[in-house]
Amino acid sequence: MYGCVVGDSYGQTVVFAARDQYLDAVKAMADDGFSMCVDLTAVDYLEVPERALPDGIAAERFEVVVNLLDLAGRNQTGGRRLRVRVQVPGDDPAVPTLFDLYPGCEALEREVYDMFGIVFTGHPDLTRILMPEEWEGYPLRKDYDVGAIPVQFKDTGAR
Amino acid sequence: MGALDDLKAEGLGALTHNVITARVEQLINWSRARSSWPANFGLACCAIEMMGAGGAHYDISRFGMEVFRASPRQADLMIVAGRVSQKMAPVLRQVYDQMMEPKWVISMGVCASTGGMFNNYAVVQGVDQIVPVDVYAPGCPPTPETLLHSIETLHGLIETGELLKRRQATGEGANVHVTEIPATGPVPISLDRG
Amino acid sequence: MSGTTAVDPVIASLVHQTAEDAQEMKPRSELTAAELMREVGAVLRMSEAEAAALGSVEGLEPDEDQTMILNMGPAHPSTHGVLRLMLELQGETVLRCKPIIGYLHTGMEKTGEALTYLQGGTNVTRMDYLSPFFNELVFAMATEQLLGISDEIPERAVWIRMLMSELNRMSSHLLFLATNGMDLGAVSMMIYGWREREEVLRFFQTVTGLRMNHNYVRTGGVAADLPRGWRDGVLHLLELIPPRLDEYDLLLTGQPIWRERLQGVGVLTPTEAIALAATGPTLRSTGVEWDIRRAEPYLRYDDVDFDVIVGSYGDSFDRYAIRLHEVRESIRIVHQILDRMPPGDVRLQNKKVTPPPRARIDESMEALIHHFKLFTEGFKVPEGEVYVAIESPRGELGCYLASDGSAKPYRVHIRAPSFVNLQTLPHMMRGRLVADAVAIISSIDPVLGDVDR
Repeated sequence: MYGCVVGDSYGQTVVFAARDQYLDAVKAMADDGFSMCVDLTAVDYLEVPERALPDGIAAERFEVVVNLLDLAGRNQTGGRRLRVRVQVPGDDPAVPTLFDLYPGCEALEREVYDMFGIVFTGHPDLTRILMPEEWEGYPLRKDYDVGAIPVQFKDTGAR
Repeated sequence: MGALDDLKAEGLGALTHNVITARVEQLINWSRARSSWPANFGLACCAIEMMGAGGAHYDISRFGMEVFRASPRQADLMIVAGRVSQKMAPVLRQVYDQMMEPKWVISMGVCASTGGMFNNYAVVQGVDQIVPVDVYAPGCPPTPETLLHSIETLHGLIETGELLKRRQATGEGANVHVTEIPATGPVPISLDRG
Repeated sequence: MSGTTAVDPVIASLVHQTAEDAQEMKPRSELTAAELMREVGAVLRMSEAEAAALGSVEGLEPDEDQTMILNMGPAHPSTHGVLRLMLELQGETVLRCKPIIGYLHTGMEKTGEALTYLQGGTNVTRMDYLSPFFNELVFAMATEQLLGISDEIPERAVWIRMLMSELNRMSSHLLFLATNGMDLGAVSMMIYGWREREEVLRFFQTVTGLRMNHNYVRTGGVAADLPRGWRDGVLHLLELIPPRLDEYDLLLTGQPIWRERLQGVGVLTPTEAIALAATGPTLRSTGVEWDIRRAEPYLRYDDVDFDVIVGSYGDSFDRYAIRLHEVRESIRIVHQILDRMPPGDVRLQNKKVTPPPRARIDESMEALIHHFKLFTEGFKVPEGEVYVAIESPRGELGCYLASDGSAKPYRVHIRAPSFVNLQTLPHMMRGRLVADAVAIISSIDPVLGDVDR
């Protein structure tokens, strides 16, 4: 399907695109009727390098996950959904942007950049969106600490 | 002669010859307590309960506080309602600084008081790290009744002059001094009390 | 700043700390062509000529000397939370708009990775704090899909979930009516909307114990059964609200000022809405009949009768009218739920997922151990990833859950409808007046907890 490996996750079709196939595959999907990019997010699989993936897909540190929706001609009977998973290496976290196909993913890609440090090449305004501008680090990466401050209890000495 | 304290204890029956006598300080505290205007500082879920307190059912208009001032210059009271994120912290401080003395702060909800259930990189662990707080209202979110209770506590403290004395002495809020323990991750942006 | 007087160093430092340089709006001269297209709200697949025409508003030549960049928020009297907007104005006309968010970022997705699936509901519910049941529902549904127990949820639990969801939709839309009214000047609407909302919240309190942020919908069902006398509670609401809605109709819908302020303001076309991934009333106002309850039914929405309300002009008035009528549709659904609520369990009696009833803990060692393990360690969820979407009052609320086989989610991502709907703001505001900016923000009904998470 669209030149990529296809999998199934609990009844949902998942397309595993390689990084160089990604943009062309999504373009084909957009032409095929998937008119809305519902969600674009990422997962840092640093702690699970040996996860279950179909043959032909090499696991990388990051995965960019795109959920597409076909509203089926705007009538009231069900649409189609599709998920695209792209493996992104940790030492070179860059992926082409989907902004030209789906302007609605602009804020979503900025959020992924802010939280994971994945660069979307061609994005018109790739800046932090949730964290303050001078924040260092990418909070949702697994090697970034939650930042919990130890709770101080009265009269119980050092924890 | 109708002393103000008798009036507060017994009501208008203590009024003689339609004259009230009091010290100027008492009258000022009396009127400040009954007309403290909150600054609009609703951040998250607690803001909804704060608006609920302003609604017809709980009605903070009874306490003279239904006028939520958008401009901090016109406000006496800042009810910090909701979690304060790292990005919002300097803005909060800026709004607090723009308020005119005397000013009070109610920290509404657990997120504003201590960071609440969000003990992480993004939330300031208690707004008293940034501004001196006078009354803490617990709850997630506190019901409007809790907020009203905290407001009445504040009013009581204003009327006795307690708060102003405390502020002048230590420059701090409700007698709690926080020792900051450095976090294991990146340190949140710290602000000078100025 | 004219800089004739020295600036207080504290103020200077505060100004420096609140500045978000790259995230803020740059003056027109410093923008690249692509950024300008995006900031004036360009939409894809337009010809070059159309795209170039978007750069300027009709009749207005943006001249650097004549324009002003104005900052709105984040501490702003509009009740939509801490949203910061930078507007480039020429006179009163908005040329460009850039929303800057993140002022309520709470790191909930990171916190979600540190909490078990049982605790996850408390975290997720505080995202869109006006419709907490929906957040909990989507998280519970995603967890159930990963566990493979989606089809085993007891009937009564499903119907209770539907009941609470629809009542929550009503309370959220009533709040929308209240805040929309207040933002546009009908200040009494604020008090009226809250009056009804209090009644719904009182019902929630009798069922879940809390007025907001309930942690009621959990994996396997709901936390507890409806209390005795719940039917009277619901009937009271169903009798109270419809006449009040008619009052609001009378107060607002026909009123000339209301119409002038909302009709034709913030127009969105269907192509733009779909391209910008707007969902919910924002999308339906443009004429696209997309409601997940009808198109991809979850719970028992295919078993109840309701209409999907669709607008025709894509303006703010349509969005207001859609939400007003959605309250009526929710009332209709709740009537049907009242008639058809089945008896039975409210939680899947699967020991791995549901804690045993408290009384059994005294009797059975096994029950005690299960209780202990569930509340300290949590139940383990098989490896996998799933995306579940439901229709919240703001649009498509989705949960992308990735599990690594342990008791805590590996990745919880909530697809927040307000976050994505906010992208339509620059597009809708272009060419309108500053006063319309408030009307437009209010008509999208953003909840900043959802936007920033």
